[in-house]
Amino acid sequence: MTNHWIDIKNSDVILIMGSNAAENHPISFKWVTRAKENGATLIHVDPRFTRTSAKADIYAPIRSGTDIAFLGGLINYIIHNKKYFKEYVAEYTNASFIVNKKFGFKDGLFAGYNPKTRSYDKSYWAFELDRHGVPKRDKSLKHRRCVFQLLKKHFSRYTLDKVSKVTGTPKNLLKKIYEVYASTGTKDRSGTIMYAMGWTQHTVGVQNIRAMCIIQLLLGNIGVSGGGVNALRGESNVQGSTDHCILFHIWPGYLKTPRASLKTLVDYNKKYTPVCPDPMSANWWQNYPKYSVSFLKAMFGENATKENDFGYKWMPKLDDGKSYAWLVLFDEMYKGNIKGFFAWGQNPACSGANANKNRQALAKLDWLVNVNIFENETGSFWKGPGMDPKKIKTEVFFLPCAVSAEKEGSITNSGRWMQWRYQAAKPPCGVKGDGEIMVELMNKIRELYRKEGGVFPEPILNLNWPKKYDPHQVAKLINGYFTRDVVVKGKHFKKGEQVPSFAYLQDDGSTCSGNWLYCGSYTEKGNMAARRDKTQTEMQKRIGLFPNWAWCWPVNRRILYNRASVDRNGQPWNPKKAVIRWTGRGWEGDVPDGGWPPLSYGKKSRYPFIMRKWGFGQIFGPGRADGPFPEHYEPLESPLKKNPFNSQRINPVVKLFHTNADRWKTADPRYPIAATTYRVTEHWQTGVLTRWQPWLVEAEPQLFVEMSEELAKLKGIKNGDRVVVESPRGKLIAVAIVTKRLKPLKIEGRVVHEVGLPWHFGWVVPKDGGDSANLLTPSVGDPNTLIPETKAFMVNVYKL
Amino acid sequence: MGGKSFFIDTSRCTACRGCQIACKEWHGLPATKTTQVGWGNHQNPKDLNFYTYKLVRFSEHERNGKVVWYFFPDQCRHCLEPPCKDVADGYVKGAIVKDPETGAVIYNLEKLKKVPFDELLDACPYHIPRQDPKTGMVAKCDMCIDRVKAGLLPMCVKTCPTGAMNFGDREEMLALAKKRLAEVKKKFPNAQLLDADSVRVIYLVLDDPKLYHEYAVASKDVGITRKVALKKLFDPMGWLQSLV
Ligand code: SF4
Ligand code: SF4
Repeated sequence: MTNHWIDIKNSDVILIMGSNAAENHPISFKWVTRAKENGATLIHVDPRFTRTSAKADIYAPIRSGTDIAFLGGLINYIIHNKKYFKEYVAEYTNASFIVNKKFGFKDGLFAGYNPKTRSYDKSYWAFELDRHGVPKRDKSLKHRRCVFQLLKKHFSRYTLDKVSKVTGTPKNLLKKIYEVYASTGTKDRSGTIMYAMGWTQHTVGVQNIRAMCIIQLLLGNIGVSGGGVNALRGESNVQGSTDHCILFHIWPGYLKTPRASLKTLVDYNKKYTPVCPDPMSANWWQNYPKYSVSFLKAMFGENATKENDFGYKWMPKLDDGKSYAWLVLFDEMYKGNIKGFFAWGQNPACSGANANKNRQALAKLDWLVNVNIFENETGSFWKGPGMDPKKIKTEVFFLPCAVSAEKEGSITNSGRWMQWRYQAAKPPCGVKGDGEIMVELMNKIRELYRKEGGVFPEPILNLNWPKKYDPHQVAKLINGYFTRDVVVKGKHFKKGEQVPSFAYLQDDGSTCSGNWLYCGSYTEKGNMAARRDKTQTEMQKRIGLFPNWAWCWPVNRRILYNRASVDRNGQPWNPKKAVIRWTGRGWEGDVPDGGWPPLSYGKKSRYPFIMRKWGFGQIFGPGRADGPFPEHYEPLESPLKKNPFNSQRINPVVKLFHTNADRWKTADPRYPIAATTYRVTEHWQTGVLTRWQPWLVEAEPQLFVEMSEELAKLKGIKNGDRVVVESPRGKLIAVAIVTKRLKPLKIEGRVVHEVGLPWHFGWVVPKDGGDSANLLTPSVGDPNTLIPETKAFMVNVYKL
Repeated sequence: MGGKSFFIDTSRCTACRGCQIACKEWHGLPATKTTQVGWGNHQNPKDLNFYTYKLVRFSEHERNGKVVWYFFPDQCRHCLEPPCKDVADGYVKGAIVKDPETGAVIYNLEKLKKVPFDELLDACPYHIPRQDPKTGMVAKCDMCIDRVKAGLLPMCVKTCPTGAMNFGDREEMLALAKKRLAEVKKKFPNAQLLDADSVRVIYLVLDDPKLYHEYAVASKDVGITRKVALKKLFDPMGWLQSLV
């Protein structure tokens, strides 16, 4: 989230799309309800009328996988009807930037496409630079090649008629939603978006979010209270685990994982440290080497020295051009190229797209360690449906572990608040927490390396590794401390002293920090995340900002890009919901995005989007794999043979897998029904925790498939019947919920039915609970992130 | 009047069922076996039962061409003049008591074994009490009297994330109910409070109460059974006393 949960109450219009917030984020509705009672309009767009829709002022149905068409129509509406926030767009976004002459877009392809590699040469999307190397701008937004004009042209094709035909959303509803949402393009109104996996889990996932970012920038909704782009995280600590690099492509704090060709630390830092010749741009990532070196110092402690590149060569490198994302890992495992696997706090036999492929893949392993609270379908895959234990060689170890309430430590919520939790209960039977397991395991490995040596022992033996796990020590290391007596910015610091904020981190080895973004969270003042103090100023009170409650990255800033919430003089666009204000001497309110004075101070100031190289909100996004603007492509599996917007049926840079388990069918009469997956309030993820909980099983006992009355009639299915749901990859038995809440959609002049299933169930427990909906979903992902497309695919349904 | 009351604002209820499950957890009540087969509905268990004092009811309808999905967190209304108590009093003293301080209507599970269950259920205008067929015991919502006496909120109220469940002094709840009614009336002209003058669990609904639940409002033909009417006739003082 750029903003945070409480801030939702400040919105005038809340769009919930790609999310079923009422069911999957019940607490969010505390704040949605407040907003509504303050007069906000709540809009819900979803293939299915859900508990969220039940509370919405406007509900609109949509075919899964057509969000860009829907949002593209909104962009077109905003521009065509001049609803955008002109001053904000011209001053704070890159709408005024001139794009170079090579850029173009034709029939679904941006300039620079290479059909052989299925990728783009992004140099075709560069900005035109002046003689200082700074992008040329036309603040009047009239230049033929300025971003604004290109945007206008690009989305002029997204007319109400066309959008309605692709999405299935009736025209009158589209128009109404566009009108209401576009009304937030004024100084005194703000609109927010609450989205989740309904947007990300598509082959156009990243561009779904990009489309909304463009809308929020056009309407001046970024940086302001009640605005922002707000991803609702599906687990209490997804934000934290992402920040601390659960994914392969990053180090903690969104530093990049090095590629093999970056041989030295100098090469690495050079590659990822942006250089910006514009003195008005803060270009925050120019500090990259300070963060990367401090991280290496945290990894290797005393062993990391200037002479050995702070241990850079001990860090694992990724092969150039290769992805190590989930789908790739399971593809490699399926092909027999992976020998061992730690399934830690996860259940890929149910959670991963194309779960049959994953289950088969597990059988190719030599060993599997399953760390979990309960038995699950992953650890027990060898005795699951269709498996013959005699033929499976995989040796499986099960390590039971403590549950969250049995551990002390922090979680970081969607609003980026790091909140410390105490240990509420001791784990039973001497069961260990994850931290303990990791520390002990690594100590054993180190012992073996010390005794027996190994091919490349340095990374293991030089690691800065504790004897015993202590969450406070870990948190302190994540914050970082000074490794010697040093003077930074005129301040004296002693060796061992905690670094007060990332502004003091150094690239010479005098500081360590496990994650620069969290620098400031555990200082000499103590554990900031453990704070539970509700004091606030009058100004903060008006927008529900609690600066002394827990701690928020970065530097306790609660609303990101808040310098965009004020005009050139530092005065809030909307004084009633001010986030920050320039007093003439300094800023008040939230922690500003940098302490520089407002833009009216000229060279002393900085542009508001400090994390972007040029300092501007990116309406044109030249860094993405699939284009600087979003474009509608059909899901890999869709009911349409042709994309009505262009000749590219699917995202042209999508990565496809080609094992015999990767089957997909499009516009195929055997699989005529669109399908999607989701969660319900009562269960959590694959249900590993909740399916063992009788009260929750009582409330949602088994796998169901929701369908319209019309489809049920067509198929001779009655409510409560057991039915088969089948995709090219798998088959499931589910109980039909026949409901008015799903309706057939009219797509390109014909009727398309859509059904939906939850992915909470699995064969281990409860016995008649059914199995995972991911047996049906395809293993194909977004080209930027490789997140799988589990929200739009094709099935058939028939009575058992 | 005094005592305590609930105000249940269904306009805020998202059917998260936090209340339903928290109620079970607090009372240590077991889950009952449910299935979607032949039922196909999110409302589970299907109905209140001996082990389920609180049930969020889900009802979908089409109104003026639009789908609506109404949620109704159903529970005992703790009637100001509980007809179930009249029935019980006719059989066993103290099988049902009204707590003088809060107004909570409290069942004695053991003693209620001796009260014919069909009469008890017939008497309830909201179709609340449920019997364990094995033991003959009868149970329902107890207002979390143990919590309330200890100065805590009832579990369902404590759990509710949206502010749908409210609890407090009766006057305060009535005032809140009226205030919310006035607010929602602007958008929903059919909005109404249900039987606010005769129960301690006051619901606010946005539409015809029958669309939420068959027994959302008191059914006219129950409440006073024949036996109670007779009792009233022959023992007017006893009847009156049972009211205080
Ligand atoms: S008051 Fe207590 S017993 Fe009654 S419904 Fe609420 S939680 Fe259950
Ligand atoms: S806890 Fe509140 S919102 Fe959730 S179902 Fe109960 S009354 Fe409704």
